Formats: sequence, C-alpha cells, structure tokens
Amino acid sequence: MANFDGEKPIYIQMAEWIEENILTGVFPEETQIPSTTEISAMYRINPATALKGVNILVDKEIIYKKRGLGMFVCSGAEQKIRSERKQEFCDKYIKSLISEATKLGITKNEIINMIEKGCDGNEHN
Amino acid sequence: MSTIEIRDLTKNYGKTTALSNVSVTFKENCIYGLLGRNGAGKSTLLNIISGRTFADSGEVIIDGVNATGNDSALCKVHLMSEQLLYNPSLKVKDMFKTASFYYPDFDMEYAMKLCSEYELDTNRKLSKLSTGYRTIAKAVNALACGAPIVLFDEPVLGLDANHRDLFYKHVVNRYSERPATYVISTHLIEETAGIIERAVIIKKGEVLFDKDTDEIRSMGYSVSGKAADVDEFAKGKELMGGDALGGLKTLYVKGSLENADIPEGLSAEPMNLQNIFIQLTNS
Repeated sequence: MANFDGEKPIYIQMAEWIEENILTGVFPEETQIPSTTEISAMYRINPATALKGVNILVDKEIIYKKRGLGMFVCSGAEQKIRSERKQEFCDKYIKSLISEATKLGITKNEIINMIEKGCDGNEHN
Repeated sequence: MSTIEIRDLTKNYGKTTALSNVSVTFKENCIYGLLGRNGAGKSTLLNIISGRTFADSGEVIIDGVNATGNDSALCKVHLMSEQLLYNPSLKVKDMFKTASFYYPDFDMEYAMKLCSEYELDTNRKLSKLSTGYRTIAKAVNALACGAPIVLFDEPVLGLDANHRDLFYKHVVNRYSERPATYVISTHLIEETAGIIERAVIIKKGEVLFDKDTDEIRSMGYSVSGKAADVDEFAKGKELMGGDALGGLKTLYVKGSLENADIPEGLSAEPMNLQNIFIQLTNS
C-alpha cells in the first residue's frame, strides 16, 4: 500500500501514485480509476487534496472525467507518462548517481562497467 | 455550511494569559488542524467557541451572528472535549440519545454502525469504559452529531494505532459524505498531516499563523553538512533553528527549497509539517 508521507506535497505524491499504477498496468487505458472519495478514505488524506492531485492529471490529459460516471485513463496515457519519465530519468537518477560516485571516488569506466553488469544481470532474469 | 469568525479574543485565568487578542477565521467545510504546544491555548479557544467558557473580551461570530449566549448559533457547534461532558452513569446509546435532542441531524444509524466497527458495546455505561473506549464513544458522538461545525479536542487520546487509523478513515469518509467544518486539535501532527487542509498554529495564546498545509511545507528546508560550509551558506538567510553534532551541522532555513541554490557538498531536504511546527514553536 502506498503511503503519502514523503516530503513532497501530498497531492503531487497522489498524482505520481496514479501515474505509477497506469504505467504498471494496474489502471489500464480507458478503464475507470477509483474516485477521489475512495482514494482519500483509503489513504486517509483530505478529499480536497485528492481532488487537487487528480486535477493535475486531468490537465495533463492523463485521465478524464466522465460526467456522472467517474474518472477514466486516457488512451495514450501510458506512453505519455513513459516519455515524461524518460526525460526525468537523467535528472533524477543519472545526476545523483554521478554525484554519489564522485563522493566514493568511482571512475567513469567503473560506473560503465557496473551498469553493463547490472543490465546483463537483468537480461538473464 | 458554517463559518466561525474570531475577533480579538482574550482570556485570562488569574494572572495567566490563555489567549491574547486572537483573531482567526475558520471557513466553512474545511478540515483544520489546531496545533500548539501544551498550554498554548487550544482547549481554551475551543471551549470559548462552543460556549463552554467565556472570553474576557472579543467576539465569536458564527455565520455572521455573535455566538455568545446565543443558543441557535451554539447549536451549530459540537465540541468533543477532553472532559466527559455527559453524565458518566449514562450508557453509550443514551449519550447518543441525549445528543440527538440538541442536534436534530444526529445520525443514530451511523453512530451504531461505527460502534460496531470499533467493537464498542453501546449498552455499557460511560463510567465503565476504558480511557480509549471513552474517547471512541465521544468521537463517534461527534462524527454522528450532524452539526455543521465539529470541534475535536485531542480526539485520539488513549487510542491504539489501529483505532487511530480507523478514526482518521471515518473522519475522511464522513467529511466526503457530509462536508462540515472540522477543527482537530492534536499533538499527533505527523498522523493528521494528510487529513488537515489548513493548519492554525498557536503559540503562548497567540495565533502564529493560519495557512494551507501545502504552503506550510514550503516555508522552510533543512541544510546539513560541514559546519563551516553550512554557516557560509546560511549567511544572510533567515533561520528557524538548528542542530550540531561534532563537525556536522544542520540548519533550518526559512524559504522555499525550490529557489535555493544548494552548493556542492551540502545536502538539503524539505521539512515536513511536524518539523516546521517544532522549529517555529520552540521557545
């Protein structure tokens, strides 16, 4: 179960949680996602906060509201999230990886070796 | 749908000032956290709003009407107090009945449903309940009362983690179904941080501020690293506090982390609501 107790504002964590679920196929495209009431009760967060999180995704055209029915995942949402996350990947992981490696005195070649090893290990699985 | 407007409220107990010129507005259908250290004046404020005690000066205005001594205004307010405001020889279900005389929208079916979720026997007398279950009985009473303004003074006192979690779920559920103005006074800031939309922080009888919780989170951040580097970075910046351990130093800096240019070698983190509360209310 997700826990919205990180340092980021809760509405952003909630939007990211929905995106994560779309990306992993928990909420497939063109299917309904839980209502803000259900989400806020489940995770004990203020309904206004949940609504704020949902509205971010409506603005990004990741989800849409069907009047009287609820909220649905837009078609193409998964691809949209994936390409956005790819862009963030460099900032979020590569930069922090390099800064940590510099602290530990790991050279560029060593990093590349480690990445290759890691990727190979993943492929075998 | 009700609004509470508090204007210049002052209350002294003998030589002790409990509230000093407090002015704050609780807007309708919003969940507020009323946060403050022990003795800050939280309970006094709630007691005055609900007409249980009187202010020395100032006004409480509910939906535009001065509430002091005004029964129809006070009927819009329910206080779940730390003290038991009912006759302890009453059974739990009779407490609900009594409450339903004062609050015409009292939802008996809902109250009974909650009691069964908490496994609270409604045939037991209030005096025979454990501290935790007495709190639960009062909390259920407050959630079911149907008043447009519900004040919770330490609503989870003596509750175990499971019951606290259940209570937070009920607050959110009830609020979604029947929006009302909730004011929750609590010391368990971390647990309630997700539920409250706005926080009113009081310190020594005065309102420090009244802000959206998201806004409070962006009020400050912590910077740590080598003491000399941290001090260099903090030059000219407004600080909330800090800690030092050997050569390591952490400072709490006012301002938004997003606009801060953190130098190499220092690590910066956003502060959560509880952390900001602690820094701002340390004496």
